Amino acid sequence: MKFAVIVFPGSNCDVDMYHAIKDELGEEVEYVWHDTENLDQYDGILLPGGFSYGDYLRTGAIARFSKVMQEVVKAAKAGKPVLGVCNGFQILLESGLLPGAMRRNESLKFICRPTQLKVVNNETMFSSAYGDGERIQIPIAHGEGNYYCDEETLERLKANNQIVFTYENNPNGSLENIAGVVNEQGNVLGMMPHPERAVDELLGGADGLKLFQSIVKQWREANVVKA
Amino acid sequence: MSLKLEPSPEQIKLEKVYREMGLTDEEFASVEKILGRTPNYTETGLFSVMWSEHCSYKNSKPVLRKFPTKGERVLQGPGEGAGIVDIGDEQAVVFKIESHNHPSAIEPYQGAATGVGGIIRDVFSMGARPIALLNSLRFGELDASARVRYLFKEVVAGIAGYGNCIGIPTVGGEVQFDPCYEGNPLVNAMCVGLIDHKDIKKGQAHGVGNTVMYVGAKTGRDGIHGATFASEELSESSDEKRPAVQVGDPFMEKLLIEACLELIHSDALVGIQDMGAAGLTSSSAEMASKAGSGIEMNLDLVPQRETGMTAYEMMLSESQERMLIVVKKGREQEIVELFSKYDLECVAIGTVTDDKMLRLVHKGEVVADVPADSLAEDAPVYYKPSREPEYFREFQAMENDIPEVDDYNETLINLLKQSTIASKEWVYDQYDYMVRTNTVVAPGSDAAIVRIRGTEKALAMTTDCNSRYIYLDPETGGKIAVAEAARNIVASGGEPLAITDCLNFGNPEKPEIFWQFEKAVDGMSEACLKLNAPVIGGNVSLYNETNGTAIYPTPVVGMVGLVENLNHITTQSFKEAGDLIYVIGETKDEFGGSELQKLTYGRIFGKAPELDLDIEEKNQKQVLAAIRAGLVASAHDIAEGGLAVAVAESLFGTKLGAQIEVSGNITSALFSESQSRFLVSVKKEHQEKFESLVDAVLIGETTNTPNLEIYANDKLVLEQEVVDLEGAWRGAIPCLLK
Repeated sequence: MKFAVIVFPGSNCDVDMYHAIKDELGEEVEYVWHDTENLDQYDGILLPGGFSYGDYLRTGAIARFSKVMQEVVKAAKAGKPVLGVCNGFQILLESGLLPGAMRRNESLKFICRPTQLKVVNNETMFSSAYGDGERIQIPIAHGEGNYYCDEETLERLKANNQIVFTYENNPNGSLENIAGVVNEQGNVLGMMPHPERAVDELLGGADGLKLFQSIVKQWREANVVKA
Repeated sequence: MSLKLEPSPEQIKLEKVYREMGLTDEEFASVEKILGRTPNYTETGLFSVMWSEHCSYKNSKPVLRKFPTKGERVLQGPGEGAGIVDIGDEQAVVFKIESHNHPSAIEPYQGAATGVGGIIRDVFSMGARPIALLNSLRFGELDASARVRYLFKEVVAGIAGYGNCIGIPTVGGEVQFDPCYEGNPLVNAMCVGLIDHKDIKKGQAHGVGNTVMYVGAKTGRDGIHGATFASEELSESSDEKRPAVQVGDPFMEKLLIEACLELIHSDALVGIQDMGAAGLTSSSAEMASKAGSGIEMNLDLVPQRETGMTAYEMMLSESQERMLIVVKKGREQEIVELFSKYDLECVAIGTVTDDKMLRLVHKGEVVADVPADSLAEDAPVYYKPSREPEYFREFQAMENDIPEVDDYNETLINLLKQSTIASKEWVYDQYDYMVRTNTVVAPGSDAAIVRIRGTEKALAMTTDCNSRYIYLDPETGGKIAVAEAARNIVASGGEPLAITDCLNFGNPEKPEIFWQFEKAVDGMSEACLKLNAPVIGGNVSLYNETNGTAIYPTPVVGMVGLVENLNHITTQSFKEAGDLIYVIGETKDEFGGSELQKLTYGRIFGKAPELDLDIEEKNQKQVLAAIRAGLVASAHDIAEGGLAVAVAESLFGTKLGAQIEVSGNITSALFSESQSRFLVSVKKEHQEKFESLVDAVLIGETTNTPNLEIYANDKLVLEQEVVDLEGAWRGAIPCLLK
């Protein structure tokens, strides 16, 4: 399986994502510059964290106008797995691929620490390797991770099982402790915690690895059948 | 259009305009002698910034020469953007620390942020990939005033804002609080980078006819005379200097890093330097001077943020996120294209000449024509008078005093609540210490550890300075600062490589302050030699005074060590119940400058703890040998607050307890701050081997019950649930900020 790590000006978790895929997952991966106009050769699209365009105007608000985003939308429509982490999640929200919006953390401070998550839906292509209700440890590092959506959207998220991860101890004020959501089709996941930072026991834990393994497993199953 | 009239050379001389820029009458006379004429306004500006203490080290040079700067691993000592040390496998580590004290006192968020930005540029201008940031901060007591709390919060936010955005992990540092820093906080930022030997670049303008190019943000009127401002005392009127504080743009710098690191692989690049203090002036004059060449620049071509800027303003601006590069003639276009990929402006503004002059042309006129060497090298050097202060003689005459302690439990809780000892989680929670996913040991242990991807090696790094000891006895305190940094590196499993230092002192024109400076450097130098940790660069920050009162002398040591194998990485936390707990090093009745002394009396006095460098070296070598032999489960430097605090810190976050037995004077055993000591835990199966390698005293063992029990002479003298100790320690700073 071949992954693209999209690099926006100001992305800074691109390296982490790249190495998680290459060194720990053992799959193919390439950096893809923000002005790329074709993503056809990639099987999975990863939007890394960071401060695209310096977070100026609003997090993710400028990056969504990058040339590559039209291709990301296309890939999402085609059913390819699209994962946005942290700033990548914010960009997915801004581009309308996921519902909701981000507010500043309730504390109004940037927070970097390991957090406990609960896998509330293990039936997505991003979470199938986890147990139902499994508790995992994944770090967060953000200033605007306070997820919000209106009541109607929340009802829909719940009804469609779109909430994938919730915080055990809400660090940022997120609505319903939401840490990660998928789109209705189930192939676009946005999450504030950084699974790519939790793939190596040396650095304090590898609970994030199963997320990437889930993606690969689903892709193999789908493509082996096709082949 | 600006119609501001600049004074003529005659006016500058007659009305002594140069004094406002920081030049003395004698200095102005020597400028006239160098030029053979009276300098014009722009030229006077060039000399005044380049001859400021900040840029020229004119007051500190004779003292700094004492530092040992050579070693078998040193590839680049002081003099370039940052020092470089070999770590084997054709790789090297690049690091430097720098102060941004005065800007942070006036505008704490931007002052701290641009301090971080500046030190990062120093590192990547050498061609290195910045891999970690550290800092060393000093404030007044948090309960002193809302202003102190504001400074603390904003400085931390500024460091976080810049470091997080640019994507370099802030992995370590230290924060201390003392009334002497109330009006003059210290903000020292350190950056560590990694480089392959073949990529090392220097800031030199070689090759007559080569092109001088300007890269990065446009030049504005911000930060004009920042370097001069940094070379004065703070006073009531310092607020007026707010325009001398620059504003940072970490996004721009992130682009600059990536572009410059691509640039260093181009054979079109000749030299590269950051436009730091004194901006365009220092970068151009220094690059020409180091190469023995000259530079001519057309200032009309400098990208400008504002209209009507004068040559003086452009040359003295300290606008951030700018670099000056020299590229081979005829290769300009490919460099422009390289930068445009990152949406960065890169403009040819001048050429390298052979006449050793820095010549500036503006609107068709030569507005400055001065020898580059005279700016970069010929600043006057002052040998300041030095006098042993009265207070030092009094302190030295005192007998060692043991503070009276009635209740060991209560004392330990109170010590853990001291803001200097208390958990700094409130601070580092705001720093992204994980980005780039190489941080093996995060903030909170003795030293931070960052692995080198693709190898079995890692780097240990720390910043240290207990200024109370240095105030009491600068020479001994200077030794302690270096020794403690090394102890932190060793306790983490590393071997010290070298140090960078940030020498924060008061006004050097006062003989007693200059004496502190000299003595501290003497002590540091001796320790650096003994512990084989040469000084590869750093920064001097003098004039740290508010309304005539100096800070404690605070020479911050930034040390980097090499961890040869990831298996050697050791943290301070106890690991398992049943492990044996040892103390290495002798405990004496030493409380001068200690936390207990400050807690008891509200002030510090007496002698600083002794430091015997032979013993220090022996203890460090033994501990490192035991760690490398795989015999040590945890290791911690016994520092502020003494043994009891060290044991408590080793318990936090572990769910374990400890039973300890001490002897002799209980207060000293628990709270003395004697030097050269380690607290280590060892698995029972390794007892024999460990004891054969290390001269250590067995004092107890870890338990499954999360209580700390300390016995003396078979009597239980201290018993606390760890959860209560940890609560006091974790809660102290958030509580003070409420």
